[in-house]
Amino acid sequence: MKSLLSFHKALVGLLVIYLLIPLIGTFLFSIAGKWDHTILPESYTMKWYIELFQDERFFDAFQRTLFLIVMSVGLSIVIMLPTIFIITVYFSKWERLLQAAAMLPYGIPPIVGAVGLIKLYSNSLIPIAGTPWILIGAYFITILPFMYQGIRNSLRTINAVQLVDAAELLGATKFQAFRTVVFPNIISGILVSTLLSVALLFSEFALANLLVGGRFETLQIFLADKLNSSGHLTSAIVITYYSVILLLTGTVLKLTFKNEKNPAGKKKNRVLSLLRKQSRDKKFALEGENS
Amino acid sequence: MRKIKKQKIYLLALLLPFILFVIGFEIGPLAAMIKNSFYADDGIQVTINQYLTIFKSDFYMKAIQNSLVISLISAVISVITAVIAAYSITKFSQKIQNRLLMITNMTSNFEGIPLSFSYIILLGNNGLFTLLFAKMGLDVFADFNLYSWTGLILVYIYFQIPLAVMLIYPSYQGIKKQWKEASSLLGGSKFSFWHRIGIPVLLPSIVGTFSILFANAMGAYATAYALVGSNYNLLSLQIASLVASDVALKPQLGSAMGVLLAVTMIGALWFNEQMMRRIRRDLR
Repeated sequence: MKSLLSFHKALVGLLVIYLLIPLIGTFLFSIAGKWDHTILPESYTMKWYIELFQDERFFDAFQRTLFLIVMSVGLSIVIMLPTIFIITVYFSKWERLLQAAAMLPYGIPPIVGAVGLIKLYSNSLIPIAGTPWILIGAYFITILPFMYQGIRNSLRTINAVQLVDAAELLGATKFQAFRTVVFPNIISGILVSTLLSVALLFSEFALANLLVGGRFETLQIFLADKLNSSGHLTSAIVITYYSVILLLTGTVLKLTFKNEKNPAGKKKNRVLSLLRKQSRDKKFALEGENS
Repeated sequence: MRKIKKQKIYLLALLLPFILFVIGFEIGPLAAMIKNSFYADDGIQVTINQYLTIFKSDFYMKAIQNSLVISLISAVISVITAVIAAYSITKFSQKIQNRLLMITNMTSNFEGIPLSFSYIILLGNNGLFTLLFAKMGLDVFADFNLYSWTGLILVYIYFQIPLAVMLIYPSYQGIKKQWKEASSLLGGSKFSFWHRIGIPVLLPSIVGTFSILFANAMGAYATAYALVGSNYNLLSLQIASLVASDVALKPQLGSAMGVLLAVTMIGALWFNEQMMRRIRRDLR
């Protein structure tokens, strides 16, 4: 029995090392001064980070990425909240249709989406080809499955339909019911899917490269361009970028824990369902929770 | 009555932006791509020649074949690794299990361009390991070329494994301790337990995970782009160069290949859903 456990330990240890080596390697490389024939760097320096943070191109790229994210995630919230709310509360017969439209992007890889978008908007009456605006539209669709699931599940958890009925019975208008009863109760649920969307768009490359490319240099495109120049500097970009991603996903994990109403007990199941949900959300699974 | 009707119209009007976005950026592009794939290069004549071209061309068939092979191999290796690793993970205390899952979750976010870069500085021509091993006189990496087929598979496997572990690990929770006890009480060996109970219970989730990984690799673009650029013949890279490169644009042909890719992906994901249904029926 004992030897079996050490076998499992060795195996998991190997897996963890395998998974972490590229990250650790990149991190060390980003703070290494001289490093060419030893296992660990011979000297350490922060100069790559200093150089990076003085690089205007990096900040411009960062800003463009932020602009795209804020616009598309913002639009998504502003549009999807009322849409899902109205459909669940007033037109529930259309729910399946909404679900199908919202989940379809899971099955379409960005490369395929890009082919259609290029075709549709080249020489079209709407002159958005090659501009950031087409990317915002494409990103709106990319994050649709997350936002849809997040918002719909939050609405279900708080029994939005009954809440609105009650509010209307007490004399509130629909808008009041939405603004003062429903909205405050689902913010936290939306926050999680928002952060997940932000993380997803942060690492989006295919659509950005194919639809806009160098004309609107995002962080990922900047990184791809730097790939063959100074390795240390690029490492610093990768680590900076990855820190942002970690911060986002870390916050998601924390928030989800906090939202759990019963802190005592099944920690295991919480982590489990969370991880499962995340991995499902992140990659494509065609189904919603109830389909 | 009239008031309610009027209200409904207002509500419908609020749905308009969503409908416009879905048409403009989801359904519209898909329809445009499908339609475009049935046109000749001049964009006027309706034909199925684009599909015929793909199936007759050695070059494009090779691209499809390469994509299929790389996706199959990386998915098989990752699923096998994940089945074993996830089982090992279940042997640890709850706290460590959670921590291990955090690590897989964390590393699953490391993909695309940053991941390729990381592999380049570790195993590329002037990579740390490449130089280190050369200096130590070990020529394990002497014949290894990251910017090739083996390199691609290596990187694909790296981004598939964390995902596979996260997808397979939960299904081990479905195997109850009591089943093992019952099996051994009835005289079953450890082998016969896994052979007759364990593996059959896990199978739908293994196959489902496999199809997700397969689709994931088929659609992958950024990783391959960063690692091999257009030097390697992959379906996703070919589509990209047909619709958005500086030379030789052939949007109709690109559309036809896009349709093929989408069909493959949706097929794989549909298969996954069928498998998921099976789990639910069997276990609940």
